[in-house]
Amino acid sequence: MPELRNFTLNFGPQHPAAHGVLRMVLELDGEVVVRADPHIGLLHRATEKLAETRTWIQSVPYMDRLDYMSMMCNEHAYCMAIERLLQIEVPIRAQYIRVMFDEITRILNHLLWVGCHGLDVGAMTMVLYAFREREDLVDAYEAVSGARMHAAYYRPGGVYRDLPDRMSQYQESKWKSAAQIRPFNAARSGSLLDFLDDFVSRFPKLLDEYETLLTDNRIWKQRLVDVGIVTPERALQRGFSGPMLRGSGIAWDLRKKQPYEVYDRLDFDIPVGVTGDSYDRYLVRMEEMRQSNRIVKQCIDWLRQNPGPVMSDNHKVAPPDREAMKSNMEELIHHFKLCTEGIHVPEGEVYSGVEHPKGEFGVYLVSDGANKPYRLKIRAPGYVHLSAMNEMARGHMLADVVTIIGSQDIVFGEIDR
Amino acid sequence: MSATLEALCQNLQEHLGDRLKSIKVALGEVTIEVAVPDYLHVMQTLRDQPELAFDELVDLCGVDYSTYGHEPGEGPRFAAVTHLLSVATNRRLRVRCFASADDFPAVPSVTAIWNSADWFEREAFDLYGIVFPGHEDLRRILTDYGFIGHPFRKDFPISGHVEMRYDPEQQRVIYQPVTIEPREITPRIVREATYGDADNA
Repeated sequence: MPELRNFTLNFGPQHPAAHGVLRMVLELDGEVVVRADPHIGLLHRATEKLAETRTWIQSVPYMDRLDYMSMMCNEHAYCMAIERLLQIEVPIRAQYIRVMFDEITRILNHLLWVGCHGLDVGAMTMVLYAFREREDLVDAYEAVSGARMHAAYYRPGGVYRDLPDRMSQYQESKWKSAAQIRPFNAARSGSLLDFLDDFVSRFPKLLDEYETLLTDNRIWKQRLVDVGIVTPERALQRGFSGPMLRGSGIAWDLRKKQPYEVYDRLDFDIPVGVTGDSYDRYLVRMEEMRQSNRIVKQCIDWLRQNPGPVMSDNHKVAPPDREAMKSNMEELIHHFKLCTEGIHVPEGEVYSGVEHPKGEFGVYLVSDGANKPYRLKIRAPGYVHLSAMNEMARGHMLADVVTIIGSQDIVFGEIDR
Repeated sequence: MSATLEALCQNLQEHLGDRLKSIKVALGEVTIEVAVPDYLHVMQTLRDQPELAFDELVDLCGVDYSTYGHEPGEGPRFAAVTHLLSVATNRRLRVRCFASADDFPAVPSVTAIWNSADWFEREAFDLYGIVFPGHEDLRRILTDYGFIGHPFRKDFPISGHVEMRYDPEQQRVIYQPVTIEPREITPRIVREATYGDADNA
């Protein structure tokens, strides 16, 4: 009888289902995974070390590039950490704007996730639908910050500027006549809030559409149900958070349990899974999009009625407005100091975590009183989830590894940092 | 100090007592400091004691204190900082453990208490060179295969020591010393305690 040996397979880093640059060494017994050893760091940029050499505000755009699928949530954790060290209050309107964009970001992230997860396991259509809706939301990003992805919109002390009164519109061209672009511009005639209002009224129907494609789909269920089961005890032991923890049946959500900004004033529910398999995590994320939609709607209604400042008036932290700077000596000095030397953050250390679409995204900041962070540690949810890959994939078939990667919702910008 | 933080401090004093080197409350967060010999026992108590019940390890990272503040160079250099979360009682705690030796920093591994510490300890080893005795698979994780040095230490330059390029003569990728000059656009400034204090001027 010939000697039987396990087969070692190199998965990635250029595999389309590896979600970026995951390299995984899989030890296979036939088609069953015996051991999975993820090799990460192929996208390591030393963001945390770079931040030590830059002023506090200069690192905000780096945060966008961590989890590049949920940009504003990353900024949120970082700005909140600085604000807590400085002990400053953020204007209430800015808090609502942040919450609104956090939830828009959550929808953006989950849409991309459901599209790509669909692609991974063979549901080609989903990605087309998901990107159709993402388009509207990245337009909202563009309207407030000028950038469709890397917004750098949240700043220590508030947000960069107030919501715009008008949306950019499609222009007539030699390919598209005025009559053809009219329907595209229908929702764009008003302000950003009108545009988002139109979106949130459409979105629940669209979600129903996605669910008709997937939720009861036989192939989808065959690929997801009972794949990558994590019990609640193991989920805690492995440090899970966000939808991965909730999929295992633990009702833990920082927005409810340790509310930040104005989440305690808003009405929303936390979906929880039962079995802790990939299918439950799918259901949790789909429901989260509906809840996010509800939150966005409540924020829109509040923001319409309550104008006000969106940036702290503490000029040791936030720059004064242009007009004051040009006419007033004190403001000019503040502006000069802020733009050359930057903020000085008092000595101390702080950990601020936000409920990021992927889980708990935390920023641990150590300041020694300088104009630069002494140490910045980014606690990325995907890093923790991927570290459980060996445990989750063991005993499954090779094809299920792709499902598990998909259901972990990993992005290498944040894992490799 | 809020009531929950006070209760947490009391519980910590009660169950850990003289094993705590210090306990500090700042900015709504509790930080305890533990010495290396007590570290594992303290961590085990923090998880298993029902009144503490820190069932999740959220984060573990290395910190290099060698250039901290005005007068750097005092005290031990490396520390492992752990962030714990109790899902059961909804509380957080930060634990700091300074490694005893600067030339061979070591902190016991907590992977057996919380499995999630696995990759965090590998990362702290990779970036700071802190060794975690008891960790079963302490390999580098974020840096390149065959990387030399511990890049997040304060004496490691931001540009690194080597750069990689394709050499057309040898027709392969080679490493060579970095060719870019280090530069600092905004200098690092720590203001003295009385800065801008008109009364003491």
